[in-house]
Amino acid sequence: MSKNKYAVNERGYYGRFGGAYIPELLRANVDELRENYLKIINSEQFKKDYKRLLDNYVGRPTPLTKVGNLSKRYGTNIYLKREDLTHTGAHKINNTIGQILIAKYMGKNRIIAETGAGQHGVATATVCALFGLECIVYMGALDIERQAPNVARMKMLGAKVVPAISGNQTLKDATNEAIRDWIANPNSFYLIGSVVGPHPYPDMVTRLQSIISKEIREQLTIETGNPNPDYVIACVGGGSNAAGAFYHYLDEEDVKLVAVEASGLGVNSGETAATITIGDVGFIHGSKTMLMQDEDGQITEPYSISAGLDYPGVGPLHAHLAETGRAQFLSVTDQEALDAAMILAQSEGIIPALESAHALAALEQIRFDKDDVVVVNLSGRGDKDMETYMKEINNL
Amino acid sequence: MNRIDQLFQNKGKDILSIYFPAGYPNLNDTVPNLQLLQDKGVDLVEIGIPFSDPLADGPVIQIAAKQSLDQGMSLKLLFEQLKDVRRSITMPLILMGYWNVVFKYGVDAFLLDCQNCGIDGVILPDLPLEEYEEEFKAKFESHGVYNILLVTPQTTKQRLAKIEKAAKGFLYMVSSSATTGGALEQSTEREDYFKKVASLDIPSLIGFGIHDKASFQHASGFSNGAIIGTAFIKALAGGTASEFVDSLL
Repeated sequence: MSKNKYAVNERGYYGRFGGAYIPELLRANVDELRENYLKIINSEQFKKDYKRLLDNYVGRPTPLTKVGNLSKRYGTNIYLKREDLTHTGAHKINNTIGQILIAKYMGKNRIIAETGAGQHGVATATVCALFGLECIVYMGALDIERQAPNVARMKMLGAKVVPAISGNQTLKDATNEAIRDWIANPNSFYLIGSVVGPHPYPDMVTRLQSIISKEIREQLTIETGNPNPDYVIACVGGGSNAAGAFYHYLDEEDVKLVAVEASGLGVNSGETAATITIGDVGFIHGSKTMLMQDEDGQITEPYSISAGLDYPGVGPLHAHLAETGRAQFLSVTDQEALDAAMILAQSEGIIPALESAHALAALEQIRFDKDDVVVVNLSGRGDKDMETYMKEINNL
Repeated sequence: MNRIDQLFQNKGKDILSIYFPAGYPNLNDTVPNLQLLQDKGVDLVEIGIPFSDPLADGPVIQIAAKQSLDQGMSLKLLFEQLKDVRRSITMPLILMGYWNVVFKYGVDAFLLDCQNCGIDGVILPDLPLEEYEEEFKAKFESHGVYNILLVTPQTTKQRLAKIEKAAKGFLYMVSSSATTGGALEQSTEREDYFKKVASLDIPSLIGFGIHDKASFQHASGFSNGAIIGTAFIKALAGGTASEFVDSLL
């Protein structure tokens, strides 16, 4: 299968998006990774180690569950890709397991990461514990207050959680702090949690998450006799679970790819994270992409009820998929996501992460045929969101 | 002739360059700050274009930039403030900012306004050399605006040669692997790096970690001079800018 049309070029561009817009201070660090990542990922040793860990530690392959009640509700055939059943409860670990191996092969023994809600921080702390590596997680001071259970998890796993006190004290500021740490400590490995950042991060993380669509193809072949569904639907913040769920379908143009952004209180409310819908071209964290910014080019603070979706940018692959029309971008409000989470919980006995609930809410916006095969990537489980869900239940 | 070239031609050593963010500590302080620095005998000034996410800068500069933004600073307002700056300021002036702000403003409009205000060069740390050369070099040159390039201790020999070839005015020699505002540790390794860059065919100024007369003189011993940012911003914040500059000279 050729991946030329939507593949990254050697300088890290997807169409006009991507690249490595980094200060010279980071050049040597990024070049070292760029020169090594493909060699490592394509090596037999890596493939063997990665597969063994995915099988026996992460718990892959994750099931592809046909959900009967939900299928009936929307008059079609809906399958959930169950990333919620992985160790640590979300797809994030596919990436951290892969990157920690790359770090190990590169001889790095100090790991830096950023985290918003704490999911990537937990997934990073987990693999650092497994490999006995020092782990420093930058987290916005405000997010540390809001996400106490994940902070506790990271600490129990042995990570050092450092509050980012600059800017608005959220994910984007934690990312800035992590990058500064990397500038000051070139021998550390910066383990990015999404398909964002300078080349080669978007491509590396996409490859590591592509296990999701690889498994969907194999599982659908057994289930329906055809590896290709009619739709693949995934939520997008930075976009790593969507990148993984789309990857092996990018050149299968008969498969409709649907990316779902969080519109918060509404796309025009000023309280939103719908980057593709309201953003424009800009540069964030080393990448040319779509971005939420004001008229002076200052990056604006996003909002979503889901902490994993409130990033002011989006991975350059997604900016390219939106621009070329290869993927359709929808947006879902806080309330629509909460409603979708309740529906899934009460019709199928599965409590989704708030992020994944955005993908589920998109089912309301699409008119399906009764013979369609629809795959929704259930990127994570809802344990971490119980406080938010309880508020919703108590208000009903 | 570009004022930067003129400066290096007339004064080859101990060049003192000062950085401060536009609109700091008060919104309308940009030009008065320049006047103060010129009156004190500073050779070159870098005016920071405040940005919400300044990756290469430490906390002091980020906090100052945020204060400036909160007071209403923008690139548009900066060019308004600098409209008549050449009536009183003869030092070379450089704008330092992040690429997103310039891109959003429009590269052509930015360069035209630089030219009209008498800006001699810009430092855009996150605009990669390759993209600059392919897409923007011709435009910068047609407006007479120098793109000042950075080198660091990690810059490879190969890349250094490439940067030397593309550089205009001077090289901004980053003293160490850190963001702005750190301390300058002295070591043989560092001195070897300084000497390597100083031996190139283009002048250089050392920045990052230069904070007083002693570190300025130490750095100037290996290059054509040095750049002070964070320490000057602290002085601005404390109301002791004038005394601070006096202490350097």
